Amino acid sequence: MWTPEIRHVASRKYAGQWREITGPAPVKMSKRRSAALTGAQGISLAQKLLRERLCHQKLPDQPVGLDSQYKYLLELLRRTAVHGESNSVLIVGPRGSGKTMLLGCVLRELMSLKEAQKNVLLVELNGLLQTDDKIALKEITRQLHLENVVGDKVFGSFAENLAFLLEALKKGDKSSSRPVLFVLDEFDLFAHHKNQTLLYNLLDVSQSAQTPVAVLGLTCRLDVLELLEKRVKSRFSHRQIHLFSSLSFAQYLDVVRAQLSLPPDFPDPKFSDEWNHSVTKLCEDKTVEEILRRNFNGSKDFRSLHSLLFLAVSRVSVSHSTLREADLIEAWRLISVDSKANVLHGLSILELCLIIAMKHLNDTYDGEPFNFQMVHNEFKKFIQRKSHSIHKFEKPVVMKAFEHLLQLELVRPVDSGVCKVQREYQLMRLMLEHGQVMEALQKYPQCPTDVKQWALSAFG
Amino acid sequence: MSRYITRLRMRRTYKWNGRPVGEDRKLKRQYYESMSISVEGKTEDATVSLGQYILIEGDDDDNPFVAQLLKLYTDDSGKKKTAVLQWFVRMCEVPQNKRKLLGRDPHPQEIFFYQDRSCDNEVDGETILGAVQIEYVPVQDPFPVGKSRDILFVKLLWDTKSFRALDPELMQPSQSPKSPPPSSRGPQTRALPTPDPSVMKRAMSGILTRGSMSTGKMSSSEAESLHSASKLSAAKALSAKRRSQAVSGPQVRKKLDLCSPSKNMSRDDVLGELLDERSEKTLTSKLNTSPTGRISISIRLTPLNLNKEECVSPLSSHSPDKPRMTAHDKDDAARARTPSRRKDSAALREPALAALAEEEHEDSPINTAATSRSKRKSAQLVSSRIKKQLNLLGNKIGLQSDGEDGDDDDCFIPSKIDLQSSSDEEEEAKIDSEDELIVKKHRGSGTSRSTEKTRVSARTPRKTPSKKTAPATPRTPRHATPSIPSRTAPARKPGNVLEEARARLHVSSVPESLPCREQEFQDIYNFVESKVIDGTGGCMYISGVPGTGKTATVHEVIRSLQQSAEQDEIPHFRFIEINGMKMTDPHQAYVQILQKLTDQKATPDHAAALLEKRFSAPAPKKETVVLLVDELDLLWTRKQNVMYNLFDWPTRRNARLVVLTIANTMDLPERIMINRVASRLGLTRMSFQPYTFKQLQQIITSRLNRVKAFEEDALQLVSRKVAALSGDARRCLDICRRATEICEHSGSQKNSSGLVGMSHVMEALDEMFSSSYISAIRCASVQEQLFLRAVIAEFRRLGLEEATFQQVFVQHQALCRVEGLQPANVSEGLTVCQRLGSCRLLLLEGSRLDLFLRIRLNVSQDDVLYALKAD
Repeated sequence: MWTPEIRHVASRKYAGQWREITGPAPVKMSKRRSAALTGAQGISLAQKLLRERLCHQKLPDQPVGLDSQYKYLLELLRRTAVHGESNSVLIVGPRGSGKTMLLGCVLRELMSLKEAQKNVLLVELNGLLQTDDKIALKEITRQLHLENVVGDKVFGSFAENLAFLLEALKKGDKSSSRPVLFVLDEFDLFAHHKNQTLLYNLLDVSQSAQTPVAVLGLTCRLDVLELLEKRVKSRFSHRQIHLFSSLSFAQYLDVVRAQLSLPPDFPDPKFSDEWNHSVTKLCEDKTVEEILRRNFNGSKDFRSLHSLLFLAVSRVSVSHSTLREADLIEAWRLISVDSKANVLHGLSILELCLIIAMKHLNDTYDGEPFNFQMVHNEFKKFIQRKSHSIHKFEKPVVMKAFEHLLQLELVRPVDSGVCKVQREYQLMRLMLEHGQVMEALQKYPQCPTDVKQWALSAFG
Repeated sequence: MSRYITRLRMRRTYKWNGRPVGEDRKLKRQYYESMSISVEGKTEDATVSLGQYILIEGDDDDNPFVAQLLKLYTDDSGKKKTAVLQWFVRMCEVPQNKRKLLGRDPHPQEIFFYQDRSCDNEVDGETILGAVQIEYVPVQDPFPVGKSRDILFVKLLWDTKSFRALDPELMQPSQSPKSPPPSSRGPQTRALPTPDPSVMKRAMSGILTRGSMSTGKMSSSEAESLHSASKLSAAKALSAKRRSQAVSGPQVRKKLDLCSPSKNMSRDDVLGELLDERSEKTLTSKLNTSPTGRISISIRLTPLNLNKEECVSPLSSHSPDKPRMTAHDKDDAARARTPSRRKDSAALREPALAALAEEEHEDSPINTAATSRSKRKSAQLVSSRIKKQLNLLGNKIGLQSDGEDGDDDDCFIPSKIDLQSSSDEEEEAKIDSEDELIVKKHRGSGTSRSTEKTRVSARTPRKTPSKKTAPATPRTPRHATPSIPSRTAPARKPGNVLEEARARLHVSSVPESLPCREQEFQDIYNFVESKVIDGTGGCMYISGVPGTGKTATVHEVIRSLQQSAEQDEIPHFRFIEINGMKMTDPHQAYVQILQKLTDQKATPDHAAALLEKRFSAPAPKKETVVLLVDELDLLWTRKQNVMYNLFDWPTRRNARLVVLTIANTMDLPERIMINRVASRLGLTRMSFQPYTFKQLQQIITSRLNRVKAFEEDALQLVSRKVAALSGDARRCLDICRRATEICEHSGSQKNSSGLVGMSHVMEALDEMFSSSYISAIRCASVQEQLFLRAVIAEFRRLGLEEATFQQVFVQHQALCRVEGLQPANVSEGLTVCQRLGSCRLLLLEGSRLDLFLRIRLNVSQDDVLYALKAD
């Protein structure tokens, strides 16, 4: 019999191998050993599969809840590819709503069509990468493989470049040239280019009898049309595909279940049955449901769900081979933690006291900015009147603590430009919410009671 | 070497010969019979007299205009000399699309009697270059063979539409009573009272040599070829132009094809001709062939006994089939030759020159950079390689190169190079660059002038092979016009009624007619037509909101004008279009205009200068240019000089330029133009009103053209809706197109009429015009909705339309408690806030401000409340 440690090592070893084999490993070993190995392999395989799914490395088979949009877009692009009809369309939806995924799925299907397969040229641009028209034009030329026409001659000017591309597009016609799909990710950023030259020209081509093009813009801005100049706007076909998820919570839970379940063609049916069963059970759990609901309330997009599930899935190991609610709770805790709370936990008592003093000042002066001197006075008052556990600190020491807070950006100067003022009198603001301070105090390890009471008392 | 010694850099002086023969008191003109042209530094003057055929300085130095001199007069002041002419045209001056009307390949020396009443037949007398010989050939007769290359033949008449047989009577100058007796027939031409042309030629060539020696401006780069250098093109501009042509695309080449006479003949023809001429020459002059002579010339770097004649003559002999014709004998000939012989030699160089000119354009950039010396070297190398490779042909090569050393044999190799694959070409190129070093050395040792000359003389051998190989090797053309690859499967044609309707409704489909713009069409048409007929210039400003058919109408006008020009109701004109949005910088307008006008490439400044010259200089036979400037407002610059020039050119007397400008705003001239620009634009304005619903309906109906796809009501709804919103025809068409799609989808479900109905149109309208904010809010998550609510609550509390995140967050937490949700922490709150900001439901400051970032609503509060309430 193997000790757990040995098994662990073995599992790791085979996990490495597994990645290379990818298919179900041939079972050639003795029965006992193979059973142990399949368990470990099953876990790593399941994890790999789920990670791929959750990290958006692979397109899903079908976009969830976007059927009508999918059909619309596919039909539109199919017409461009097959009939050579020029089109322009905007895909609008909040971040994480699946715009790129939708487009990816549509293109995948389009390319699987025989008629479209070799007939379509694809040009992908991103507003974050192609920050001006010059770069964008170069990129288009490159992606259309037009640069080999000019030989090794480097393009001269921007103007030449533009004339070159326009000439290329103008020479084509509806029936004989290959349609070009222009995908403009972060479409709104292209609208900020000078004169919107690129957009005007692309959309103008889409509205005239030249090479058939489809201009696909992806953006999360709802007001994107208002960014377009009137001439550009008039040339845009005003087709917009909105991706708003109208999922209910029940549907959301179904999605969670589907996302976590292993497919039926999983190589180890026993493991996958077990796993799927545990997932179903997990989704019925009250605490898990509460966590998922909070996540759902926060945002409906799948990206936040995926990051939550990813953390949970990563916690699965050989020692517990199924997904338990504890995993999800821990993942939720990691995700939902306030970013500043962690910083507060790492502060010294003195620094914490200064924060409390600032909080009191904020209460007293209704959020008006304060300076170091005021904070120090407040702190001294506390030491003199209420403190039993904290001794008096020298002023330079307090100053040092204050500067540390400044570095952590828990405190920020009101007007950073003015440096003439002495440091003690520079006006500051506390970058913490009332609630954040109180919460941090509750969780602060071994916080003296008098400090706690001081924080709770209404006025310093 | 130019065919005609035209652009002498030096000044020509024109003087009247004798007393005036007549006077017109009314016009205050004095008529003369002849004029003498003297060129600086030359003793004999050339004389041109009435009835004689002359050359007129033109755009193309190779082919100056040809005309017959009818009258010569001076105006009152006696300063301005004017000549009245009867024009002849060369094939290359005939519009490209009409050239095939000839039905045969034009003879290289053929010109046509030009009959066009609209053509200005008066030119400045000081553009006359000299006399030329023209022979009339009856239509049925073949072109005389073996005549000098300088004699031009007239056979046909070109009346801008067709070629017709030329009545010999026409060749006699009838208009001028004071002219000498007509002398047009072939045999008679020789009897013309002209100075012996050969004498003139010699004199001129003498000047030429001196000119090229003395002109220091001929920098080595400029004089990249003797071809262009010896022409002594007056302006640097012209040489630059030629260089730019050398690197420009196939159009240029096409043009050149037509200019170079030998191109159109088959190779054998050329050879035959060459041989003919050669034999004739050898017969007449009985020159002995000394093979060593040429070598001495091509290697020698000292300028001592190199005159123009010498260095040019090798060119002619370099054609592959005349190996024995060496420069040496030419040299001898040049000295011994009688004037008439000289002329022959000038003619003889013609074919080789044509080839040279052409080759220049086929060269890769390396070649232009590298000097010909290197090319010859490379050719040598290649030839030696070929020798090795082609053992079969070794004998022949041996025979041919017998008695000549390396420098010479390269001109025989070419015929073998044909057999080589393109790899040889590449090798050559490689060697070219390798040899550059050597070249530099050579340059350093020789004086600049002599190297130039040797270079050119040495260049030819290398050229000739490349000419032969060019068709065989599919070299990537340098300026091939780019194009999108063509599809593998043909595009599918529309299948059903709806698809057909959709194709017709696409904005890109060109409609049969432009309804609802009849008045505007007529106005623009009349404007342009009158300007074209009068040969004057003018500006017009057209304004209108996007999608009202401005550009389409102008295009339609031009199309119908071009049609009537085809049918010769109005004179021909050029149409050029530029678009402010399709250029990167306002000054690119010049570049684009110039390129479309003359196919030249230039920098903006240079292009502006060239255009300025073109539009202000008087030139005969100028076509009217109609220039459409779309999106005029983008041509605005601080100094507005682009606009100024565009509007100033038409006002020039000789410009013949009609400028149509298009922009969106009606008051653009008042708003952005400074006075002098606005004043030149003039008051010819037109504004396109947005379409009314009836017009929109008519547009759709006419586009559909009996394709029954829409219900009447549906069309009316679309047009009314669009007319109320913008009057943009594009919008209207797009909506209709979308409606057909919706109809197609729903049609499969329920059994409807198959026509696009009200419901489909409504849906399409909804999709396109409804604001997405409300649905976005409805589909937002609970926290996002709460946050929006908190924003409104905070706004109400503050009485302001702006709040910081901290303030809103407090409200948000309170609302969470009310709703029974666990309050979100600050990080979550900020995430929610940012997400709303990224869709622009909220307007946010930079997130660096953290708690203190200010928030505004991008939607009205009512909309938010409405969206949230309906939940």
